Amino acid sequence: MTSRWIRITLAALTVAGLSACGDDTKTASPQPSVGSASSAATVTGDVTVFAAASLTESFKTIGKDFEAANPGAKVTFNFAGSSALATQINQGAPADVFASAAPANLKTVTDAGGAEGTGTTFVKNQLVIAVPKGNLKGIKTLADLTKPGVKVALCAEQVPCGAAAKKALDTAGVKITPVTLEQDVKAALAKVKLGEVDAALVYRTDAKAAATDVDGIEFPESAGAINDYPIIVLKKAKNPAGAQAFVAYVLSDKGKAVLTSAGFQAP
Amino acid sequence: MTAEVDAHIVVDRGTFRLDVSLRIEPGQVVALLGPNGAGKTTALRALAGLQPLTAGHITVDGVDLDRPDLRRYVPPERRPIGVVFQDYLLFPHLSALDNVAFGPRRHGVDRRAARDQAADWLARVGLAEHARRKPRQLSGGQAQRVALARALAVHPALLLLDEPLAALDARTRLDTRAELQRHLAEHRGAALLVTHDPLDALVLADRLVIVEDGRVVQEGDAAAITAQPRTDYVARLVGLNLYRGRADGHTVVVGDGFALAAADRLDGDAFVVFRPSAVALHPHRPDGSPRNTWAATVTGVQRHGDNLRIQLSGPITAAADVTPAAAAHLRLSPGQQVWAAVKATETRAYPA
Amino acid sequence: MPIVDKAGEVAPPRRQRIPLGLLVPAGLGLLFLTFPLVGLLVRAPWTTLPQRLTEPGVLTALLLSLQCATLATVVCVLFGVPLAWLLARVEFPGRRLVRALVTVPLVLPPVVGGVALLLVFGRRGLLGEWLDTTFGITFPFTTTGVVIAEAFVAMPFLIIAVEGALRGADSRFEEAAATLGAGRWTTFTHVTLPLVAPGVAAGAVLCWARALGEFGATITFAGNYPGTTQTMPLAVYLALETDLDAAIVLSLILLTVSVAILAGLRDRWITSP
Repeated sequence: MTSRWIRITLAALTVAGLSACGDDTKTASPQPSVGSASSAATVTGDVTVFAAASLTESFKTIGKDFEAANPGAKVTFNFAGSSALATQINQGAPADVFASAAPANLKTVTDAGGAEGTGTTFVKNQLVIAVPKGNLKGIKTLADLTKPGVKVALCAEQVPCGAAAKKALDTAGVKITPVTLEQDVKAALAKVKLGEVDAALVYRTDAKAAATDVDGIEFPESAGAINDYPIIVLKKAKNPAGAQAFVAYVLSDKGKAVLTSAGFQAP
Repeated sequence: MTAEVDAHIVVDRGTFRLDVSLRIEPGQVVALLGPNGAGKTTALRALAGLQPLTAGHITVDGVDLDRPDLRRYVPPERRPIGVVFQDYLLFPHLSALDNVAFGPRRHGVDRRAARDQAADWLARVGLAEHARRKPRQLSGGQAQRVALARALAVHPALLLLDEPLAALDARTRLDTRAELQRHLAEHRGAALLVTHDPLDALVLADRLVIVEDGRVVQEGDAAAITAQPRTDYVARLVGLNLYRGRADGHTVVVGDGFALAAADRLDGDAFVVFRPSAVALHPHRPDGSPRNTWAATVTGVQRHGDNLRIQLSGPITAAADVTPAAAAHLRLSPGQQVWAAVKATETRAYPA
Repeated sequence: MPIVDKAGEVAPPRRQRIPLGLLVPAGLGLLFLTFPLVGLLVRAPWTTLPQRLTEPGVLTALLLSLQCATLATVVCVLFGVPLAWLLARVEFPGRRLVRALVTVPLVLPPVVGGVALLLVFGRRGLLGEWLDTTFGITFPFTTTGVVIAEAFVAMPFLIIAVEGALRGADSRFEEAAATLGAGRWTTFTHVTLPLVAPGVAAGAVLCWARALGEFGATITFAGNYPGTTQTMPLAVYLALETDLDAAIVLSLILLTVSVAILAGLRDRWITSP
C-alpha cells in the first residue's frame, strides 16, 4: 500500500515536471555505438533542432552521439508538441531542423514557406492500449474499452496521438466514449499512471518509457493508424550544413538503433 | 444601599499598570479625568469588557462582570452597558435609525418595535428628521447625539462615555455639552465619563476621579477638587499655583527653603495654593506687609482670557495674571526681572 | 510672517504636473499589458468570424466556463471569507503558517496543483478512494471536478483580498457592536461583512477572473471533454494545436464576455459605497 503510494506520487511528480517544463533531464536510453558512421567530413557550429516531445529521450542520446562524432558541433533542442513547434517556426523561431510527430504539422510549416518538400520519414510510431500495471480490468482488445465501467482517456483529435486514435478506432469500427480528451500523449499516460482511467491509447514509445507503472497492450487495428515522423531541414536554417549532417545522422544506422531501442519502428 | 457600580480595575500592560477603584451610585455621573496616557480609556474599556482585567473586579448591580480570581468574565455583548465612543463609531452602512435600532434588535426586540424605539430616541435627541441619513451625512454634533441615542437605547445600567465632546469644534461643543448634561440627568443608571477636559468634567459630573499614570490621585466633587488640588496636573486644570512643603504655624517652607506666609495655620506636610490673579508684579521690591515677595524672571507670556498669563521662575515657579495695561507698563517680556508679591490672605494651606 | 512668505509660492490651485518618473513607466506598463490584446485583435480572422462564432462547441464551452467560474467563486466566498476572517481577527498558534499555506496555490504551478488534487480527490486519492468506495462519488472528469480545480487555484486571490480588507477595516466597529449586545456571529454578518463588502466584491471578481482563465489544474484534474469539462481555456489550447485562427476567436470571445461581465458588475456593486 505504502509503496504503491510512493510510486504514484513519484509518477505524478515526474508527470508534473514534464508538463510544467516540457523538458526532461532524464537520459535513460542505452548507448548504442554499433554500425558504420558517416565518418566523412565533420561539421561545426550550433544546430538547433525542434523535435516532437515523444522524441525527447531518443534525440537527446542522438544529440550527444552526434556531438561526439562532430567535435565542433553543438546541438540545441526544443522539445514540445509538434503543433506548438510548427507555430513557433512559422512565427520566426530560429530553427535548423524540424522533427515532427505527424506529417500534418510539417505541412503547416511547408505551407507557410518554412521548408520545401515533405521531409523524410525517419521512424513510425504505433498506438498501444496503456493500462495500469497489472491490468486489473483484464483488457485485451480494443473492444474491451467499450465495456461499461471502463474509463478511457484519449488524446484530443487536434494532437497527433488523438488523430491516430480516431483513425484506429474508425478502422476497427469501435466506438468509445472517453472520459477525457487529453492535450497530449504524456497527459493521457499520466491519467493511466495515476489510476484515474483504466486505459488510454498512447504511443508504444510512451508506454515503453513508462513501463514501471504501465502495461502496453498491442492491438492489431493500430496498424491502420501508424504515425509517420518526418524530419526536414528548414529554409531559414542558419547552419544548413550542420542541419543536413544532423538529419543524416538521425537516418543513419546509429540513429536508428537509438530510436528502435526506444520503441519506434523503422519506416 | 449597594453601589450600582463597584470596580477595582487592575490592568497590566507591560510597563504600564492601571490600578483604579471606582464606585458609581445609580443616577450618578462620575468623570474620570486625567492627562493623555493616564489609563482612562483603558479603564473604560475594562468596564465595557473590551479589555480583560489582570486582577480586581467589576461588579454592576451585584453581578460580577469580570473577576479574574474567580475566573469570571462576562463578554461585552452580555454586559448591561452602553458606550459612546470618542469618534462615535456609528456603523457607516446603516442609517441613523438603524444605528440606534441595532442595540434593541440584539436584545431581542423585533424589527418593527426596535425601529419605533429608535425613532423615539432620535426624537429625544432632536434628530427625528435625520433618521434616514447615513452617518457620513451627519454633522459632528448630530453624529454625537445619534451615538448617545444608540448607547441609551439599550437601557444600560452603566453608561460609558469616552471623550464624548473631544471631536467637536468649540461652538458645537458648547451646545452639545448642555444637551448631554440634560440626557445624563435623565439617565437613571450610573454613568462614567472619560475626559481630559476639566470643563466637561466639572459641568457634567457629580464627582471627579482624577487619574495620573494609572493611579487615582484625587477624587471628590467639583468644589473640593477646585479648592484643594493635590497634584500639579490638577492645579493646572483648575488654574492654581500649587506648592508642597512643611508647615509650621502660618509659614510653609516649600522648595529650596523658600518660606511662604499663609493665612491658614497648620503643622506638618502641607499644600499651599494661590490664584494667578493674586500675584502682583512690580518693577522694584515692593514694601508693606503682610506679603510674600520674591525676585522672579519672566519665562513666558500668554493670553489668558482678557488678561495675560505670565510664567515666572525664581525661588518658586508661579503663574501670574496681569492686565495688558500693567504688562505694557512693566514691559513684560521673557528674560525680564520683576518682583512678585502675594498677600498671605490670598493663599490657602491644607494638609498634604 | 510665514504666511506671507508662503503666499508667493502657493499659487491658486492648478493642475498638478505628473512626474515623468511615474508617467513613463506607467505608460510602458499599460502598453505591455494591452499590446498582446492588440495582437489578438489585429490577427483575428474578422471575415470568417460570424461562422466561427456559431460553431457548435463554442457556446457550450463558453457557458460551461461561466458556470464553473461562478460556482467556483461561490465556493471560494463560502469558505474563503470565513478563513480570511479567522486569519485577520483571531490570534491562534500557527497563524503565520496557515497564512503561508493559504497562498500555496498561488506559487504552485497549476498543473502541479491539478496533480495534487488528483492525489487527494482522485480515484485512488487520499479522500477520493474512500468517497468512491463509500458513496460512489468521483470528481475527475466531472464538471464538479472543474469547479474544484478552479476553486483551488482561485481561492487565495479571494482570501488575500478579503483579509486585506478586514485588516484595513476598523475593528473598533466590531467592539461597538459588541457593546450593543451583538455576539461574534451577528457582528460578523451585520457589521464586519457590510464594512468589508467592497473588499469581498473585489476579491470575488479577482477570484472569478482567475477561475475563468484557469487551465493547468483543470485539464490535469478534471480532464477535457466537450460539454462536461472542456472550458474555454482548454478549447483555446486545443484549437491552438491545429487552427490558430480558431484559438484567437475563442480567446477574443472569452475576453469580451469576461470584460463585459466585469464592467457590468463594477457599475453595480464594486464602486457602490
